[in-house]
Formats: sequence, C-alpha cells, structure tokens
Amino acid sequence: MFKGSVESKNEAAMSELVPEPRQKPVVPMKPVGINTSLLGYIGIDTIIEQMRKKTMKTGFDFNIMVVGQSGLGKSTLVNTLFKSQVSRKSSGWNREEKIPKTVEIKAIGHVIEEGGVKMKLTVIDTPGFGDQINNENCWEPIEKYINEQYEKFLKEEVNIARKKRIPDTRVHCCLYFISPTGHSLRPLDLEFMKHLSKVVNIIPVIAKADTMTLEEKTEFKQRVRKELEVNGIEFYPQKEFDEDLEDKTENDKIRQESMPFAVVGSDKEYQVNGKRVLGRKTPWGIIEVENLNHCEFALLRDFVIRTHLQDLKEVTHNIHYETYRAKRLNDNGGLPPMTVETEENHESNL
Amino acid sequence: MLFFWFLQNNDDLRNLSLSGHVGFDSLPDQLVNKSTSQGFCFNILCVGETGIGKSTLMDTLFNTKFESEPATHNEPGVRLKARSYELQESNVRLKLTIVDTVGFGDQINKDDSYKPIVEYIDAQFEAYLQEELKIKRSLFNYHDTRIHACLYFIAPTGHSLKSLDLVTMKKLDSKVNIIPIIAKADTIAKNELHKFKSKIMSELVSNGVQIYQFPTDEETVAEINATMSVHLPFAVVGSTEEVKIGNKMAKARQYPWGVVQVENENHCDFVKLREMLIRVNMEDLREQTHTRHYELYRRCKLEEMGFKDTDPDSKPFSLQETYEAKRNEFLGELQKKEDEMRQMFVMRVKEKEAELKEAEKDLHEKFDHLKRTHQEEKKKVEDKKKELEEELSNFQKKKAAAQLLQSQAQQAGSQQTKKDKDKKK
Repeated sequence: MFKGSVESKNEAAMSELVPEPRQKPVVPMKPVGINTSLLGYIGIDTIIEQMRKKTMKTGFDFNIMVVGQSGLGKSTLVNTLFKSQVSRKSSGWNREEKIPKTVEIKAIGHVIEEGGVKMKLTVIDTPGFGDQINNENCWEPIEKYINEQYEKFLKEEVNIARKKRIPDTRVHCCLYFISPTGHSLRPLDLEFMKHLSKVVNIIPVIAKADTMTLEEKTEFKQRVRKELEVNGIEFYPQKEFDEDLEDKTENDKIRQESMPFAVVGSDKEYQVNGKRVLGRKTPWGIIEVENLNHCEFALLRDFVIRTHLQDLKEVTHNIHYETYRAKRLNDNGGLPPMTVETEENHESNL
Repeated sequence: MLFFWFLQNNDDLRNLSLSGHVGFDSLPDQLVNKSTSQGFCFNILCVGETGIGKSTLMDTLFNTKFESEPATHNEPGVRLKARSYELQESNVRLKLTIVDTVGFGDQINKDDSYKPIVEYIDAQFEAYLQEELKIKRSLFNYHDTRIHACLYFIAPTGHSLKSLDLVTMKKLDSKVNIIPIIAKADTIAKNELHKFKSKIMSELVSNGVQIYQFPTDEETVAEINATMSVHLPFAVVGSTEEVKIGNKMAKARQYPWGVVQVENENHCDFVKLREMLIRVNMEDLREQTHTRHYELYRRCKLEEMGFKDTDPDSKPFSLQETYEAKRNEFLGELQKKEDEMRQMFVMRVKEKEAELKEAEKDLHEKFDHLKRTHQEEKKKVEDKKKELEEELSNFQKKKAAAQLLQSQAQQAGSQQTKKDKDKKK
C-alpha cells in the first residue's frame, strides 16, 4: 500500500504502523507456444462461431451524431446511409421548419435488422448549430451532451450491483458537415473540430458535393486536409490509435486521399440504365448517389458501416471514455494534487 | 445556453424496415476479427486427488504433451500450480492456462484443503478488480487470469461422492463454473456407471451444489446442450498413447482383455466433454465467469470495503460523494499515521537526547574525578619531593657538621702530636 513514500528511521517501529503488503496472486508462467495443427484437431477455432452467435443474439448499439448548419443535407444523408427514415425530420417529431434560437440536441432511436443482425441505431441531431448571428461557444451544448453520456455510463459502471449489459448512449461517431464553399474551412468549423476531436470521433464530410466539379473537389479536399493538419485537428481514424502496420497503411490511404468524403444524399429513386438507383434529378443529368464517379457516398458508407463501425465503438470505449473517466476520477475531491504515483495508489486502493 | 434532449424509451423505439442493403450485417465479423487479432484467454482449473489423471486428461483434450512431472503424495498441503501455453489453430490464438491442485486429498487432515483453491480463484478476481478500479487502466489488453472452468475429478469408487468432494464443490460453486467428471472411468463397468452417475447427481442436488448449466436459451445449441446434460457427470478416460485399431491409429489404453478407445463414445464420455467444454460452450463459460461469478465477487468486495449504492434512506449516493468520502477517509488515516510516526520520531529523539546528556554528564564527572585524583597524586609527589629535599639538606648539614668536626678533631690531633714532639726534644 505504502510504496516507500516515507523514510523509516527504525524498522521495528515501522512494522507496527505499515500494514502487511497485499499478497500477490499466483501468476501463471510465461506461455509456451504450441502449434496444434500438427497433433490433431481440438476445436479451438470454433470459438469464433460461438462468439459470433452470442453477439448476434445480444445485438449492437450505434449512436451517430450529425453536426452542421441548417440546409446542408444532414437529415437526408443519414436517411440515405441507413436506407430508411431515421432522421429527426422523418420521424414526425418536429414538423415546424423554424430554426431554433439555441443549439438543441435531439436524439431519435430506431431498431433496424439486417441478415439476422439487430442494431439499435440512435441518430443525434443538433438543430440550431451555427445558425445564429453570434455563434460563439455553440459547440458547448454538444460537448456537454457528449460528456453527459460518458458520465451516465461511468455511473452505471461504478455501481455495486450493475446491469449485465450497460446501456450505451455514448456518441460513437460525429459527422461534421462542411459547407462546399470551395475555398477553405470556416472559423466555426475549425473551432468546433478543435474542441470536439478530443472527446469524440469526428468524421468530416463535405456536404452537397454536387455543386463542385471534380477538379474543384480535389483542390478543396486538399486544402481542407492541410488546414486540419495545420490546426492540429485529429479526425477519425486518428493516427495515434493505429494498432498495427496493416491498420496504418489502410488508414493512411483513407486519411490522405479519401477524407473528407465529398457526399451527396438522396432518398429518391430514379431509373438509370434499367436499374433503380438513388439519385438527384437535375436538368443536366441524374446524380447517382452510389456511383463512385459521381460522389463519395459509397466510400463513406463502407467506411462507417461496413468496415469501421466496430472500431468506432472501440475507440470511443477504450480511449475517449477512458480519458473522460481518468480525468473525472482525478478531479474528484478537489484536494490539491499530490504526486501522481501516490494518487494512483490511493485510488487503486479504494 | 439552454439545451434539452428527447430520448425515447426502448418501448417507443421504432422498428424500421430497410429499403436496401446497408451493410451492417458485417458487424459480427468486424467484432470477431478484432478479437481474433488479440487472441483469446481460457483458464481451466483441475481439482482432484493426486494420481487421478488430471494431467493426462489435459494432454488428451489439447492433443499435446504439456511437460510436467507427476506429483508426489507427500505434499504437506494443497498448493496450486499454474502453467500457461499458447495454442494456435487456423488463425485463432488461444492463451490457455491450466491450474493444477497439487497435493489435494493426500493429507491426513483435509479440513483446509479447499482454502488454497478458493484463495487462488479470489486472487484472480481481485487482480481484475484492481485493474478495473485504476484511474489509468487498460482493460482491453488485460491478460485475463480468471478461472473460466473448473473440472472436478471424482474418484471412480462406484459408490458415491466423498465428503471432501461435497465440501469442496460447495465452497467453489458460487465462484467458478464447475463441471464434474468421473476420472479413470475404465475401472467401472457400464451398469455400475449408470448407478454411480445417478447417485452423484442426486447427491449434488440434495446438497445444493450448483454445477455449470449448459445454456439452452439459444436455438442452435439448446438441443445439443440438453442432450449432453443428461450424461453428466462425464465419465472420461485419458490417454496420449496411440494403439492401432483396425487400420487407424487412435488414442487408447491397452489392456490384456481389450482396448479402451478414448474417442469412442461407447467406451467413455471423452468426446462429449470435449464438445461441451471447447467446441460448444467455451465462449459461454467465459461470459458466465465475467458476468456472474466476477460480478458477485466484485459486489461483495465493494460492499466489504464500505461502498454502498444507496444510503439507509434509500437515496442513491452519487459517485462523487462516495469517492470523496472514501478518499477523505483514506487521507485522514494517512494523516493520522503520519502524525503518529512524527510523534514517535520526536519521542525517540528526546530519548536519545536524554541518553546522550546522561552520558555527557557521566563523562564530565569522570573527567573531574580523574583530574582531582591526578592533582592529589601530584600533591603527594610534591610533598614527598619536599620531604626528600629536606632530608637531603639535613643530611648535607649533618655531613658538613661531621666533616667540620672531623677536621677539627684532626687539627687538634695534629697539634697534640706536635706538642708531643716538642716535649720529646
């Protein structure tokens, strides 16, 4: 308990005051590697199937937040992503189109199922963001909401009798919509992302990308990437959390070439070349949402849903949540901080 | 700035249908891939008497020879020996830990035999709890040492369970998943085996021992689990030696009267055990350990430490209050100890000071004493010297006087002789 923080003048006296050190549990030997394929099939690899069955039974939670000024197509994009009417506007919640006076946080939950996999999807909308004349600190309600979800989870986790499965309302992914000005990021964009990239996974997307030509798009993306780098904004996938070389090369490619994804959203279908496709009909042609030549929606969808969904959740749980928890437990008590080591000893002995 | 959120309850959640393929059906694969790259942990505890066949059974189950020496029967008490191995099959890496109870059942007095086992299991829970309570923790790459399955080896007496078995299993059933097995089952005949199994199961039930229940809630495994449960406790035979049977080599034990084939379901239940333990329920065993046994341990431990979820008035304590209270309490204790130590230190210093003062005084006294003695001696010597000088001077005087007398006497003598001489003339 006492890790040598007090000098002992007289060992006999000390042993009366210092409690017995806690017994160290028996630690297994360092593992010896044995390749079993040579000796006969055991069946260890069936654990993958067992695990898969269990997760399918319990289902998954996913919470996605969309942030951006009004009219950038957030609701439409989310509907397109999940191929159903998941957004706030579609759930018949608030039919008024009035822009709210302050930033509001609205979370709508849905249950969707595909291929036997059940997902509880929560879409968190932030109407009113960036729409005021004076937008100072308009990210604060959002940051507060995100931290409150961490707090909720922490409270559950610290309970003595806790639930078998703690309900997860933490924001796993935040899609930030950038206005397609073609020039550069706005100060509001930079401020928001600077503050929030430390607490949540931010994926910047360029909205309404059908207003830019291919060259304009490439240039704009390059400029945005540069600006983000210059301002020290780490968007998802963050460089520091790449686990191995494979991850790194895969993510590097995404970070340096594809992101931010320039997307177009639509929930209307049109007939193109004999197929029904989601698109936007204009006098000069039909923009196909899922056509990689037209926009990068398919890349965004694959990235968020088909390959990195689990990773988004894990980074949120293992890194952002842990950071929040550590900070929260350290700040507790309001006593003047002692040396870090003693602090840790105290907390770990609670 | 005001903000508010609306989150509908689970009951109000809308079930939506998808108008196309979204792609999140790959989620289980994404999850499984992550776990595969990290590897899995599985920890088995084998409880049974020395020589009952624990090591051989492990070797047979995992198709390998885990090097170990057979234990002696002279162990003074029960101790636990843990060994870790890394097994790989296709792309799945398993960190297997096998914990053995050495010396179980050998002592004359077996009252405390179960204690080291319970302590070991609790120690693994404790280690995990400590990690979970840390401020800076890394649970996602924590090497899990908690026991996921306990194979309890029952001796093939053919009668009933020994009292040691009942006592030990009762102590373990709330801490670990117990799977009872009958060891060295080739010593029991088929008809006796059936009676033996029924006797054991009824004894377990009547004594309230909770053994591991194979899960029957999921359709794909419910059937096989239900069928297998009927054969509990599994009567197993272990062997790493291969015998030629027909035109194949198979694991078996060769006797003069025949060959017992390990993987023949008519001969023993080894295949059933392997199915249940590894191929069907390994993940469930891990999950039960974490969600049931560990949570129970954690709850008891935290309550023991004084944490409560609600105070006597049933008002929930906030996390902050509890931690703050604990922290203040702990700091108070620290402060008290520090004060005590300081006091003790001061006291000792005083004592030492007093001691030193005493010593100093003593030294001074000695010095004075010596000085006085020296002076006295000196005086004595001086007196003696004076005396001597006086004597010397007296002597000189006497000597001088004597010489004078002598010379006078001589003069007088010589005058007389002169007179005499003159007379004669």
